[in-house]
Amino acid sequence: MGERRSSRYTTVSIPVPLYNRIRELIRGTGFSSVSQFVTYILREVVAEMERERLESEVVSEEEKRAIIERLRRLGYI
Amino acid sequence: MVSRPHGGRLVDRVVAGRRRIHLLEEARELARLELSAGLAADVANIAHGVYSPLEGFMVREDYEGVLYDMRLHNDVPWTIPIVLDASREELRGVREGDDILLSYRGRPLAIMKVEEIYEWDKVEYVERVYKTRDPSHPGVRRTMARKDLLVGGPIDLLEDPPEPFESVRLWPKEARVLFELRGWRTIAGFQTRNVPHLGHEYVQKAALTFVDGLFVNPLVGWKKPGDYRDEVIVDAYRVLLDKYFPRDSVVFSVLRMEMRYAGPREAVHHAIVRKNFGCTHFIVGRDHAGVGNYYGPYEAWEIFREFPDLGVTPLFIREAFYCRKCGQMVNEKICPHSEEYRVRISGTKIREMLKRGVKPPEYMMRPEVAEAVLRHPNPFIEEE
Repeated sequence: MGERRSSRYTTVSIPVPLYNRIRELIRGTGFSSVSQFVTYILREVVAEMERERLESEVVSEEEKRAIIERLRRLGYI
Repeated sequence: MVSRPHGGRLVDRVVAGRRRIHLLEEARELARLELSAGLAADVANIAHGVYSPLEGFMVREDYEGVLYDMRLHNDVPWTIPIVLDASREELRGVREGDDILLSYRGRPLAIMKVEEIYEWDKVEYVERVYKTRDPSHPGVRRTMARKDLLVGGPIDLLEDPPEPFESVRLWPKEARVLFELRGWRTIAGFQTRNVPHLGHEYVQKAALTFVDGLFVNPLVGWKKPGDYRDEVIVDAYRVLLDKYFPRDSVVFSVLRMEMRYAGPREAVHHAIVRKNFGCTHFIVGRDHAGVGNYYGPYEAWEIFREFPDLGVTPLFIREAFYCRKCGQMVNEKICPHSEEYRVRISGTKIREMLKRGVKPPEYMMRPEVAEAVLRHPNPFIEEE
């Protein structure tokens, strides 16, 4: 399992002063390392950016008409 | 705007029209794998986008990512492996790259492209997912009884498995259209495997105070002995929603998916699934999806801290109780009175009363709901 897990990580560089600030900041917070904190923050930011980029439409107009008909038949509308 | 599908796209692997006819013809020549009811439900859930972004049963890379890191290989949060198990005998002659027919009750259900066949360590699975290897845990017992190999790969659904609750079953696309028609922008999902008591109603209404709509989405399908039967849950909710909720603020729909009783991991899974239906919020209960004393009462709340990118907001609403001094349903945060005035609503006590044919007191359960339950000669699932 060790091989699989190590292959799932890579290295990025951040300025040393920033690293030091984060190290101080996370002391006693439950984050066990700077890497863990940076991963957490990046996931939050990336998810937000992805949300903004995604298409909102998940149902075509044709599908929508058929769905509305079914919803009416079932008494939902 | 309702929630974006998990992973960015609502999966649709339902085959229709000429392609379906063509695939059904092809299926006659394929090796066939007969599925259990639970797996057949998983196939339909994949195809209709309930498990988006999954396009099929997990290959090893996703399976291990979920088991060890609670994430798919592409870093998207996912906490419960969705896997298809099969025996060596069933897979005799099947090779990676082959198409196989998945059937249910002898009828063609889906075509699967076999991407990978791999072994799994069931003990490792139960320790990671259920945090125990105790065979008394219903999820552990069921996992240990599964077959030795896992088959991963995308599926194409040819026919929905039969659904006795078809008239109250919505798929994610349908729920999303309905939410849009109602003009809801914020929707709280409510997961349940129980009939509603006043504690549930309090939590639902507390959530509904802050969002546009409530999506009550009970699970139907396998549950452990002693739990309520599916038809009892459906009947009880019909009565409650009809008499005690504004019609245009709630949508009721069942979801056929097995309970795992995996506590915190399953709470996140339940949230992801409801996100795919369009929910922006998800009500996480105390000891959500728990069983016995395997999980701490608030573990299912704490696990959400690990997912800043979940894309659905958990609502941690404290357990409700009746306070004789306040004269109403309250919770720890809003009631200043001591324990002597508090009447706890115990699901176990309610079950015991109903088993004896006794209607629980009105401060525990709406009389109409109790009557709906008691109309069933045996409201509970019996020992297997």
